[in-house]
Order: sequence, then C-alpha cells, then structure tokens
Amino acid sequence: MTRHVVATVEEVAPGTSKLVQVKGREIGVFNVDGDFYALANRCPHEGGSLCQGRITGLVKSEGPGQYSIERKGEFLRCPWHGWEFDIRTGQSYCDPNSVKIRQFQIAVEPGEDLVKGPYVAESFPVSVEENYVVVEL
Amino acid sequence: MNAPVLERDLRIRQKLTFVDCDIHPVQQSDADLHPYLSARWLEHLKSFGGHTRQGVIGQQTHPRMMAAGQRADAYPKRGGPPGSDLQLLQTQHLDPNAVEIGMLVALSRGGMEERNLDYGAALSHAVNSWQLHDWVEKDSRLRAGIVVPQENAPYAVREIEERAAQSPAYKQVIISPKSAEPLGRQKYWPIYAAVEAAGIPLGLHPAATTGGNPSSGTGWPTFYMQEHYTFGTNMESNVVSLVMEGVFERFPGLKVSLIESGFSWVPALAWRMDKHFERMHREVPHLKRKPSEYIRDHFWFCTQPIDEPEKPHHILDIIEWIGWDRIMFSSDYPHWDFDDPKYALTFKMTEAQRAMILRDNAKTLYRL
Repeated sequence: MTRHVVATVEEVAPGTSKLVQVKGREIGVFNVDGDFYALANRCPHEGGSLCQGRITGLVKSEGPGQYSIERKGEFLRCPWHGWEFDIRTGQSYCDPNSVKIRQFQIAVEPGEDLVKGPYVAESFPVSVEENYVVVEL
Repeated sequence: MNAPVLERDLRIRQKLTFVDCDIHPVQQSDADLHPYLSARWLEHLKSFGGHTRQGVIGQQTHPRMMAAGQRADAYPKRGGPPGSDLQLLQTQHLDPNAVEIGMLVALSRGGMEERNLDYGAALSHAVNSWQLHDWVEKDSRLRAGIVVPQENAPYAVREIEERAAQSPAYKQVIISPKSAEPLGRQKYWPIYAAVEAAGIPLGLHPAATTGGNPSSGTGWPTFYMQEHYTFGTNMESNVVSLVMEGVFERFPGLKVSLIESGFSWVPALAWRMDKHFERMHREVPHLKRKPSEYIRDHFWFCTQPIDEPEKPHHILDIIEWIGWDRIMFSSDYPHWDFDDPKYALTFKMTEAQRAMILRDNAKTLYRL
C-alpha cells in the first residue's frame, strides 16, 4: 500500500467531489460535512461515471401526501440510471447487501507529517503549512 | 436487480463492433432547422414557436422525463442539450464503445404530433434534411430515419418516396405510436404501402410529449415511472391493431422495428391473441394465420431498456420464443436510461448469439 496525496483539504469543499487518478484508477474524493470518502468512479450497475452524478439526499414518505428529504448531501446519484449510493459506505440504497461501490482508505494528514514521507504526490508540491487528502492504494 | 459489475469486468472493452439501433440526435436550438425551412414556415416557427410549445411555462402537461430525460454526463461543454453535439457523441459513445453503425432516431421537432398538419410536414422535411446534412454526411457510421407525421399520409408518402430515392442512408421510416388512431387503421395504409415499396422497415419509438393519444389506455399518467411502463403497453396496443386490421395480409413485405418498448411482453400477448383467434377467427376472416405468426414474421425488437429479472436467464426463455434473429441492441444514447453495450446483456449466450443481437440482426433487417 502506498500513500497518494490527491488534494488539499481546501480543494474539496463540503458537498463537493474531486475526480483523481491513482495507479491508473479513477477515484472520486467526496467531502460530506468535513468527512472525506474515496469511491471508485464506476457505478457497479452499468459503469456510469459517478463523479458526474448529483450529490443528494433521500426523499422519504410516511404515506401518500407526506414527503420529506433526509440525510441531505449523503447520497450520490449515478448520472445514468439514477442508482443512489450512500457516500459514507458505498452501499446502494435499493440493494445495500449485494451492490456496493468499491471504497478506498482515505485520511486527512498535515503537510508537516507528509513531508517526512514516504508518499506519492505527482500533481503538486506538498508544503508543511497545509492539510492534505491522502488515499491509500 | 442484476448482479453488480465486478471489479475485474471493468477493464472489458467492447471488442465486438456493433449496431446501435437507437441514438437520439437533437437540435442545439430550433435555429439548426432554419436552413431547411421555407420562408413561410420559418416565419411561423418564429412567430408561434416550436413544435409541442408550452408558451411561457416551459414544462409538459404530464411527467415525461427523469433528469430532463438526459444522461447527466452528456451535456456538451459548448452548451445545448445532450445529443446536439456530434463531437461529444463520437468521443463519449461511438469511439469508445466501437459502434459500427448508429441508427438515428430524430424525435425532436420532427412534427409527428403536430396538429397543424402543414407545419408538421415542414418540420418533418426539415428534420430529415438536417439528419442527412448535419449528421450522416459528417460521420459515415450514422444512418438516418425518415421521420413523418402519420396523420398527414399524403405528405408522408411523398416524403418517403423522395427520401428513399435521394439517399441509401435513410434506413427506416419513423412514425409515432401515439397516433390519433391505432396504427392498424386503414387511414395509415398509404404510409405502409410507401414503406413497403421503399424496401425499408417501419420504426416505432415511444414518442410524443403532448398531442396524440395518452400513453395509457385510461388517460395520462401521474408519474414518470407510470409513463415509462406505458412504452410497452402502448406498443402492445399497436401490435394488436396492426395484426388484427390485416396490415400484414395487405403488405406482406412490411417489417416493423419496435424501439425502446421492451420485448418480455411479446410471448404473453401472442398466447392470448392465439387463444382468442381459435375461438373468434370468424370475426376476422381476413387473417389467414394465427396472430403469433404475424408477430414472429413482421416484428423486430430493440433491447433498451432491457428488463432485468432477478434471474437473468429468464430473459432467455423469452428470446427463445421470439427468436434470436429478432432482438437488436440499442443504447438510447444520450438519454438517462442508456444501456451500455458492455454491461447491459447480463444473461448467458453463445458468442454467435451475442453477435446476432449486437450486430448481425440489425445488419440483416436494415441491409447495412
């Protein structure tokens, strides 16, 4: 396993994502209320590019005429067929036991720890003043 | 739900080149059609607006789409709706998915449900020119479909004859299955005569925003999920009408491609029709064969959106009944319910059967 520095914390604001390449894989880095998650950028249904989908919540209903939105910003909707996935677990909302997006280990680390190495950061220099998103793969 | 796409499968490339029977080109705006409209109809379009206009509200009268009907990743960077940018169609679909031939189904602004029949004819003529000059002539993989308003049969016949003589790139004739009357009615027969004479198939694709009959036999749907289901039931009604009215006795060379309507309903419909035929054939003595025989001989079925039974092999029983030579792959690019050729066909089949569905059946039907 190698630590790959993929973004600064500031780059991926809460409610947004960044598409990164690690060892030839496309990985989506998501920020949900300050927590970071790394998910493969391929929908397990038919392969849609997940980072181009909407970040959304769940529309719930107690019965006809009663509607609410819950867990805003915690779900990712595939841009093709609209499958919804829990960003925190990668699990499909419709079929959580058998359909899941592959997750990767992710952490936020201060630049002063990272510069001691070893790490891989091809796209930008790492400085001691900033905090970074690190994916292990 | 199908089994998930496994990690190891993600590196599969679509090796077999294939025919995509359902690609939707759309105008970036109605300005794309201006060069192909006469001064009279251009003035009409500018004064009264485009086909299926809704004035200031910009919405339809019943839920017709999810996500505006589009794949969220198919919006061109230059602006305009998905399907309006040939370059994006090439880089996002034709090139990476190894599309050998792409059949254009140009539903937008084609005038099929226009109640002003002369305006519908002008739009149809413009869209047919636009397909040829703005798409087919710019990418040799693409083929056009002659879109005609079925309620204006005299014009439709002239247009079919003219286009079929103009270019072999016109590979089918497309009319709306949400027609004013069921499609087997004799008012539409001049169109079928022209289609048969042109030697190309008739293509039916769930179309229509407003205009025409409601998609459901009991009225307009409340939800898009309901509307989407009617793609199949609407087509069933038209299949029954075409068979029962005797269209295939009068036009034995007529071939019909059903696009985006599913096919798992076909055996059940045919069984029921055959059962009734045994008891009531005296009412329809113009039919010389069982309804199922007309269905098997005259209809082809496109895959998307393919049904996804819990056990994928259940699809095989249905295909066995219909015939492996009758199922043709379609993607519906760039719409939201797009089927990817690499992942959509999850049931087990031989390489020869896969080649038939992905390529050979369409090549035979459309003479590609």
